[in-house]
Amino acid sequence: MKRRVPLMMVFVVSLFMVVQNFVPLDEWNWIYQFLLDWTMIIGILSLLLGMWSLWKVHTQKIKRKSENYGYSFITLSGLILMLIFGFFPGSGGIENYWYRSFFYYIMVPIQATMFSLLAFFIASAAFRAFRARSVMATLLLLAALVIMVRFVPMGPLSPIVSDAAGWILKVPNLAAKRAIIIGVGLGAVATALKVMLGIERSYLGRD
Amino acid sequence: MTNGAMKKQSLVERLQYIDRRIIFAFIAVAVIVPLLIGAQLKEKTTPIVQAMFDNVEGLPEGSRVLLSYDYGPTTAPEIQPMVDAMVRHCAERKCKMYMMAVWATGHNLTGETIEGVLRPDFPDLEYGVDFINLGYKAGNQGLIRLILVDFKTMYSTDANNIAIDDFPMMENITSLRNFDLIVSFGGGFPGIKEWIQFAGDPGNIPIGGGCTAVGAPNLYPYYPSQLVGLLGGAKGAAEYENALIIAYPKYEDYPMAGMSLMVSQTVAHIVIIFFIVFGNVLYFILRARGMTKEGLGGVR
Repeated sequence: MKRRVPLMMVFVVSLFMVVQNFVPLDEWNWIYQFLLDWTMIIGILSLLLGMWSLWKVHTQKIKRKSENYGYSFITLSGLILMLIFGFFPGSGGIENYWYRSFFYYIMVPIQATMFSLLAFFIASAAFRAFRARSVMATLLLLAALVIMVRFVPMGPLSPIVSDAAGWILKVPNLAAKRAIIIGVGLGAVATALKVMLGIERSYLGRD
Repeated sequence: MTNGAMKKQSLVERLQYIDRRIIFAFIAVAVIVPLLIGAQLKEKTTPIVQAMFDNVEGLPEGSRVLLSYDYGPTTAPEIQPMVDAMVRHCAERKCKMYMMAVWATGHNLTGETIEGVLRPDFPDLEYGVDFINLGYKAGNQGLIRLILVDFKTMYSTDANNIAIDDFPMMENITSLRNFDLIVSFGGGFPGIKEWIQFAGDPGNIPIGGGCTAVGAPNLYPYYPSQLVGLLGGAKGAAEYENALIIAYPKYEDYPMAGMSLMVSQTVAHIVIIFFIVFGNVLYFILRARGMTKEGLGGVR
């Protein structure tokens, strides 16, 4: 019963979603709307679950005095402070001065710095890894060079390089990407069918 | 490697194992100096960006454009210039702009556009009449799917908690189908792909996009049937700015963020290309001297 009820719910709901997509009837609109409301409710609850998980992981780290547990204090302080700034009565919500300041002066520089570091690591990795060691590596190297060179002003050569880069992006890249997208799509359909028919049950947990 | 072993190495071998901090220094100079100089680099507009521009240019006055800020501070330096350029264009076309975010970090970035572009350069535009900030809502693709059917279920107030029905521009907005164009900025999840899958295709709504240069190749397959146009990275922003300058010459001497970034990006690319070519020259010299393929490394 513990497993049969969820399996039946999944089957009925997923069958309805498939059928309503191909047979759109006005009478089904309210059921569709009802189910969409539930996706939102579950989405918002998962946000709370995420916060609870974050809280639990970091409080345990602090209790056990795990390695670098000091960072857990910072994480939890950020969580608590942003909640207070956002929810405190009369604080102005997300337009609150402190909320905005924390976002612009702490979160923005931290995230921007992390992403900016990529430029440095890409440069050193390119020097190390982009070697014409084999035919395939040489092809990769040439493709990468053409894509990068298109950013460089080269006078009369620029249109030729730009066309070559465009060809790489629109022909081999597009073919590969489309194949991946179609493959992923077919895989998603197969997985959805497995879930719907109760073959794939990992979402139910181990109990 | 011991000091003794280092002494025996030739210059070519030592250059092969160049300290990565030297490369870091080159990149730092390549990025910082052009930004300090403040130079701008014009980019010829490519067809995929021109298609996006033409789509906005073809919108009649009063058209409704939904701008979704689906990015965060990590990618803001690349994406914010294209958002600013498109908002400027929409304002020139007298379109109604609806700003929202399916990323929590996107909400605050809408303020960047409002305070950085609309307030100083278009003081005549009125909040709630010409543009509105609807803020962030949780739900990812579920949110998109829901507002395709019923917009006001999720957006009963704007970002400042003012009832949506108090704003004249929200009249007759019942679903995403009421918008003439949706533009999603940000190539992550949820982003352009989800807007196509859950709004553009089922609702038959034109979708445009702006994303990082890294994310652009993943979205090319959707153009032109499912995406009306795509702006990829700082180059896409600079190309859009170039199209804007051609159509509206008053922006000729205007500081454009995308064009400024292109100088830094171009110089950084030259440095990277130089190091790649240099690394390969060293590699072939060492191979010619009889070193094995496996023995040739790179930076430390």
